[in-house]
Amino acid sequence: MEKGSLELNDVTVRFAGDSGDGMQLTGTQFTNTTALAGNDVSTLPDYPAEIRAPVGTTYGVSGFQLHFSNIDIQTPGDSPDVLVAMNPAALKVNLRDLKSGATIIINVNSFDTKNLRLAGYETNPVEDGSLTGYNVVQVPLSNLTSKALEGSGLSAKEIGRCKNFFALGMMYWLYSREVEPTTVWIESKFKNMPLLAEANKKVLMAGYYYGENTELFTTRYYVEPARLPDGMYRSISGNEATALGFITASVKSGLPLFLGSYPITPASDILHELSKYKNFGVRTFQAEDEIAGITAAIGAAFSGALAITTTSGPGLALKTESVGLAVMTEIPIVIIDVQRGGPSTGLPTKTEQSDLFQAVHGRNGECPVVVIAACTPNDCFNMAIEASRIALKYMVPVILLTDGYIANGAEPWKIPEPDEISKIDVKFKTEKEGFFPYLRDENLARPWAIPGTPGLEHRIGGLEKANITGNVSYDPENHEFMVRLRAQKVKNVENDIPELIVTGDENAELLVVGWGGTYGSITEAVNRSRKNGKKVAQAHFKYISPFPKNTMTILKRYKKILCPELNLGQLSQLLKSEYLVEVESFNKIQGLPFKSSEIEHKIESILGEK
Amino acid sequence: MADVNDVVKYTSKDFSSSQDVRWCPGCGDYSILAQMQRSSPDFGIKKENFVWISGIGCASRFPYYMDTYGFHGIHGRAVAIATGVKVNRPDLSVWVATGDGDLLSIGGNHFIHVCRRNVDLKIILFNNRIYGLTKGQYSPTSEKGKKTKSTPFGSIDFPFNPLSLAVGAGATFIARSLDRDPKHLQEMMKRAATHKGTAFIEVFQNCNIFNDGAFEILTEKDTKADNVLVLEQGKPMVFGKNNDKGIRLNGITPEVVNLSEGKYSINDLWVHDEFDADSTRAHIISRFAEKEGFPTPIGILKQEIKSTYDADFHEQIDNIKKTKGEGDLRKLLFTGNMWQVNNNN
Repeated sequence: MEKGSLELNDVTVRFAGDSGDGMQLTGTQFTNTTALAGNDVSTLPDYPAEIRAPVGTTYGVSGFQLHFSNIDIQTPGDSPDVLVAMNPAALKVNLRDLKSGATIIINVNSFDTKNLRLAGYETNPVEDGSLTGYNVVQVPLSNLTSKALEGSGLSAKEIGRCKNFFALGMMYWLYSREVEPTTVWIESKFKNMPLLAEANKKVLMAGYYYGENTELFTTRYYVEPARLPDGMYRSISGNEATALGFITASVKSGLPLFLGSYPITPASDILHELSKYKNFGVRTFQAEDEIAGITAAIGAAFSGALAITTTSGPGLALKTESVGLAVMTEIPIVIIDVQRGGPSTGLPTKTEQSDLFQAVHGRNGECPVVVIAACTPNDCFNMAIEASRIALKYMVPVILLTDGYIANGAEPWKIPEPDEISKIDVKFKTEKEGFFPYLRDENLARPWAIPGTPGLEHRIGGLEKANITGNVSYDPENHEFMVRLRAQKVKNVENDIPELIVTGDENAELLVVGWGGTYGSITEAVNRSRKNGKKVAQAHFKYISPFPKNTMTILKRYKKILCPELNLGQLSQLLKSEYLVEVESFNKIQGLPFKSSEIEHKIESILGEK
Repeated sequence: MADVNDVVKYTSKDFSSSQDVRWCPGCGDYSILAQMQRSSPDFGIKKENFVWISGIGCASRFPYYMDTYGFHGIHGRAVAIATGVKVNRPDLSVWVATGDGDLLSIGGNHFIHVCRRNVDLKIILFNNRIYGLTKGQYSPTSEKGKKTKSTPFGSIDFPFNPLSLAVGAGATFIARSLDRDPKHLQEMMKRAATHKGTAFIEVFQNCNIFNDGAFEILTEKDTKADNVLVLEQGKPMVFGKNNDKGIRLNGITPEVVNLSEGKYSINDLWVHDEFDADSTRAHIISRFAEKEGFPTPIGILKQEIKSTYDADFHEQIDNIKKTKGEGDLRKLLFTGNMWQVNNNN
C-alpha cells in the first residue's frame, strides 16, 4: 500500500497501560530514539505509587508523555495528540487529557468484559460511540505479539510482557524513527537472556512492519530535527543531571563526594546514580533512616568531604533538626529535596512545589539557610554545582529544591566541556598560628579545620557558640550577635549570585514570576501570549534565600505581578512579605505540572482578551 | 590508624581541654573522663586523629573536655554522625560518648544499625538509669516500678538490657565496667581502642542527684565481691568475698554454685571465652544480673574479629577504581547515546 507522508512541527504522545506493562520503559526508549534523531524532547512520566497495583484497574495506570519538536520546546506538551492505551483503564484515565480529534491507538484484545469491568466501563467505549470525534485505531496488539512469538519457547506470561515493544515498534514506524537505538539497548539489557533479547527484538520489528503494512495507518509522520545550539547532546533526566552535577563539583573542588541517604520517592534515583560511580571515589552510604542520612553527611563534612543528602518532603521534615545543627556548627552540606505532593506521605509519585516554606523557614530558632532551585532537568546539573560552591565557600548548609516533574522528566542536554566549568576553591585550615574555630573570613565563613590536622584540635556542636573562639556561650549579647551573623552570612550570598533576569516585553504591564520546575510552562505561556500581542514579561527565581539583589528593582517596575505555583502561593507570600508588593497568586495543587495553556489563559484574563 | 612508632608520648594532661568541667560535683562522669584522659596516651594514636562525638545529655558534654577533635551533636544522633566521620575518614579513631537516653531511647535505631554494620567506632555508654539533664525522668534502662518525676506511681516499662541488645545487634566488642573501678575501666578503654569494629562499653555511672546509689551494691567494698563477677579471658567464673562462689553452665542454663560445700570444684565452672564465636553464651552472660542470686558481670563479654564496614566500604571503592580505572569527568559526561548538532552543515 502506498502511504502518505506528512511533516509536523511537534507531536505529543502518551503511552499508557498497567504499571506492569512497561510503559515507562517504552516511553524512555521512544524519548532516547527521538532525541538521537535530533528533535527537542520533553517528557512527563506519570506513574502510581503502587509498584504493581491490581491489574486492569484505573489506579494501576502508568503513563509516559513526551513532546518532541523541530523547535526548542519547554514542556512535555499540554494535551497529547496520540494516546497508546494498552487497556480500558488506560483509556479511561487518559481520555480527558487528549486534544479533540486526537488519535487513540488501543490494544483491542484487552477490551474484554473483565478488563472493561475493572476499569469501570459498563459498555465498551470502542463500540458505544463515546469515542466519536477521535481517530480510534484498534490494534489486536496482544494477539499479534503472541503470533510473532509462536514457537519462541517463552511462556504465555513472558510473551505478554513483550507487547510494549510491539507498540513501540508501531510508533517508531508511524513517526519515522529508527529502531536501531532500541535494538542495541535490548541486546545490552538482555545480554544474559538471549531468548528474551531475541523475542523483544522480534516483537519490536513485528510492530514496526505492522505499521508499514496495516491499512489502519494511511499516513506516516515526520518531524524535522530541531535547530538546537551547536554541540554534543545526550538525553538526561533531572535526577541524572543532579547526580552528575555533584560528581562534577567533587572533581572541581578536589573533595571526595559523600552521600548519606535513605531511599525515598522521587529522589532515590540520585542515590542509584551516584552509587554507580565509585571509580570517582564517590562515597554513598544508604543509612538506616533520613536522620542518619543527613547526620552522617554532617560527620563526613566535619571530616572534610563534600557531603550531601538526598530526600523528598517527608524526609526533609525528618532532617529538620539536623539542618539546624549544620547551621549552628557552620558545616557545609547540601540537602537535595526532590519535592512531591504533600503533606505527610501525600502523593509520592506526583509533583508539587509545596516544600518552599519548609526549606526557607522550617526549623526551630532563627535558622537561615541558602535555598536554591533548579528549573529544568538540565538545570539540575548546574544547580548541583552551584549548591556545592555556595556551601563550601560560605560554610553553610544549602537546600537545593527540585521536584518530581523535572527529576523524572528528560530533555536533550548540551554536554558541557568539563574544562569550561569553574574550579571550586577549598582550603582546609592547617596553620596553628592564630587559629580559632569561629574566626571569620571576608564572607563571614569560619575556617574548616579537619580532624587529623595537628594542633587544631577543637570542638563544635549544637550549643550556641561564642564568635571567634567557638566556646559554648550563654551570653545574651553573644547570642543575638551570632543570630544576626548567621543571617548576614546567608544574606551575603546575594553578592555572589546572578541577578534576576527579565525576558519578554520591555514595556510589559504584567510580570510573570515563578521558581523551580514551572519554568517550562511559564516560558511557553509567556511566549504564546506575546505572540498574541500581550505585553508580558517573565522572571524566574533560581535563588530564593537570599533573593537576587535586584529583585526589588524589578518587582517595582511592573504594574501587575502574577506568580503561578504548584502550591497555595508560597513564593508569592515570600515576595509580598519581603518586598511589600502585590502579587497575584495562581495555584494548581493536583500533583501535576501546569499546562502552559492554563497559565496563558490566566495571563489573558489579567490583561484582557483582545 | 596512626603510626604507633612516631606517636609523641602524651600524658593525661594533653587530653584535657581548657574548658571548665560542668558536671554536678560527685557525678560519676568525672571518673569516666579521668580514666579516658589517663588511658588515651597509651592507645598509640596521635592526638589529632582522635575524634569524640556525642549526642545530648549530661554524658554528651564529654567531647568539650577532651582536647581532641570533637562534635557535640543532637539528641540520639551521635552514632550516625560518627559513622559519617569514620566512613569518610577510616584513618581517624572515632569515639562516641553517650547516655542511656541518648543511645537507647531516641538513638536506639542508630545504635542497632552501627552494631549490625560493624563500623569501627568506640561507644562508651554512660548508663545511670535516669534522665539527668532533663532533671529526673525514668530512662529505658530504669528498673520497672521506678518512681521518678514522670512516673510518680512507678514506671511500668520493662528496661533494655544494653549488653543483650548489643549482642543481638551484632556488636563485635561488648564490655561493661564501673565508674568506681578506675583500673578496670581504663583496661576496658584500652582494649576497646585496639579492637577493630564496633566496640561497646557500658559503664555503670552514678547520678548522685537523681539516681544516687543505683549501683552502690556493685561498687562498695563490702558488697562488691558478692555481687560482681569479673570476667577474665580463659578464667573460670568465680566470685564472692572468699572466692567461694562460681557459675557453671548446665546445658544452656547458668547456675550459681558454692565452691565450699564440696559438691562442685573450680573445675566444674564455666570458663570464660570472650572469643567464643557463638554469641549464645555472651547473651546468657548479659542476662546474669536479671537472675536471682547471680552477680553482675563486668569485663569483656565478647569480641569477634570481623571485617569492618568502613574498611569494606573503601576496599570496594579501591577495587572498582582498579577495574574501571580512576574516574574521568569528560568521559562521564560525554557518554551514552549522544548526537552532534551542527547547524552549519
